[in-house]
Amino acid sequence: MQLTEENINKIAKLARIKVSKQEISSVQQRLGKILGWIEQLEEINTDNIEPMFSVNIEQMPRREDVINDGNLLQEVLLNAPEKEFDMFSVPKVVE
Amino acid sequence: MSELIKLTITEARDKLAKKEFSVTDLTSSYIKSMEQNRGLNAYITETPEIALKMAADSQSRIDAGKAGILEGIPLGIKDLYCTKGVKTTAGSKILDDFTPPYESTVTQNLWNAGAVMLGKTNMDEFAMGSSNLTSAFGPVKNPWKSKSTDEDLVPGGSSGGSAAAVAADMAMATTASDTGGSIRQPAAFTATVGLKPTYGRCSRYGMVAFASSLDQAGSITKTVRDSAIMLEAMASYDPKEATSANIPVPRFEKALTGNIKGLKVGIPKEFRIEGTPPEILKMWDDGIETLKRLGAEIHDISLPHTKYALPCYYIIAPAEASSNLSRYDGLRYGNRVPGDTLDEMYENTRAAGFGNEVKTRIMIGTYVLSAGYYDAYFIKAQKVRRAITQDFTDAFKTVDVIFTPTAPNGAFSISNPPSDPIKMYLNDVFTVSTSLAGLPGISIPGGLDNDGLPLGLQFIGRAFDEETVLKAADAMEAAIDFNNKVNEMRRA
Repeated sequence: MQLTEENINKIAKLARIKVSKQEISSVQQRLGKILGWIEQLEEINTDNIEPMFSVNIEQMPRREDVINDGNLLQEVLLNAPEKEFDMFSVPKVVE
Repeated sequence: MSELIKLTITEARDKLAKKEFSVTDLTSSYIKSMEQNRGLNAYITETPEIALKMAADSQSRIDAGKAGILEGIPLGIKDLYCTKGVKTTAGSKILDDFTPPYESTVTQNLWNAGAVMLGKTNMDEFAMGSSNLTSAFGPVKNPWKSKSTDEDLVPGGSSGGSAAAVAADMAMATTASDTGGSIRQPAAFTATVGLKPTYGRCSRYGMVAFASSLDQAGSITKTVRDSAIMLEAMASYDPKEATSANIPVPRFEKALTGNIKGLKVGIPKEFRIEGTPPEILKMWDDGIETLKRLGAEIHDISLPHTKYALPCYYIIAPAEASSNLSRYDGLRYGNRVPGDTLDEMYENTRAAGFGNEVKTRIMIGTYVLSAGYYDAYFIKAQKVRRAITQDFTDAFKTVDVIFTPTAPNGAFSISNPPSDPIKMYLNDVFTVSTSLAGLPGISIPGGLDNDGLPLGLQFIGRAFDEETVLKAADAMEAAIDFNNKVNEMRRA
């Protein structure tokens, strides 16, 4: 399967992974090879088969929509790479 | 005290009850073994202080007559189970400084049963790999060596550290996890027992997610009986996890009767794939003869969609991974790499934090889920998944358990692994269909290849029928008598 440089840039953008100019051809090759191999599924006639998203999804129970914990500020922020005033800090998003 | 680390859970349990030694004696022996075997790189984090504290607590429960089913048993924990206050990396650089503020349900169940934590075992990054070579913390060395070279070999993956730790007596047992074969393949490579239970048997709460419709907790142990004990301790219904099954947990050990007379065992013809080494086929055939001798009924069966299981998996697992791993955005936890805009920060963070295999799979997943390709790839794979599952449902109308080899090859060199990604993926060719169908599977040591390296045999069962899987594996384990066989081969 042939993927263009444009395809790779688009996939990388959607995946939010920076792919440098030098990496593009190796990524192109690797993804192309895997996607080409995956295409063998086309051989199977699946016209009358329902998609299966999980093995036991039919039995998933629901619970009451109630608060079951809280007051965990320190735990929630424990692993934040950057925090300020008891909040996660992020780069400026609005000019 | 070096003989203590050779014990099985079953043996240690009895000796601890008889007070032949203390939990601290046992734990200290393992701490020493972990230090001596650091060269294998089986652990990412060792927790000797926690282990000794837990050992002392455990001993007081034994003294008070309140022993749990894993009382005093020192365990290694795969580094994707969140452990409160102990670093949990999932083998990734992006989580190299992540300390969970909560405990996974499976590990909590183990501690409630009396187990002692020795540390966190190495693994392929986010459980994506069959070699442990994708770990950001370096490869794990298999304690086994080939007769012909002195090269270091992989222990398999993704639960490579868990398998090597048990094989090298650095833990009495370990937790592991399976998405496409990540428990059974490393067990096969290291002559250990690897059990992947039915999807839903163990809670996934607190396990770092790879592909949520496939991920399942399991164990690596020295014997099938130990595997039964571990499963009983790990399994539970967990209201915190929507796919956790609300069914009773059996006393799995009771299923190990040694009697498999009349057991209907299926041999799937599609697993005789071209290019499988003759040693593996011979080991499989010998195993079939053993089953006959033990009184089992052998049935030839067909699982027609077997050859499509791997490509099907390589759509579904990356698709789910691309969604699951979108949480690593450099905001709430994990490492951050700055950028001029929010998007650039995401892109830089994820480019620096993820390794190549993880990036490849996220991008494959992104592609198969993207507009215009969703039906052709993702929905198609979901349909094939149902066809694969239906094959098993049909087969289990006539047989009780299915018997196959675990992997198409033994351990390979760390320095010279397959460079073609698809060749690497083929390591899971015999295990992946079970994972897609959510069924229980076990790998036990079956024999050695021509280089003297371990090979595994696999039993696959009906959903929530781990008991039959364990019973068949236990009978086979006794008949093969692997350790004696290996000793004989070494003498010859």
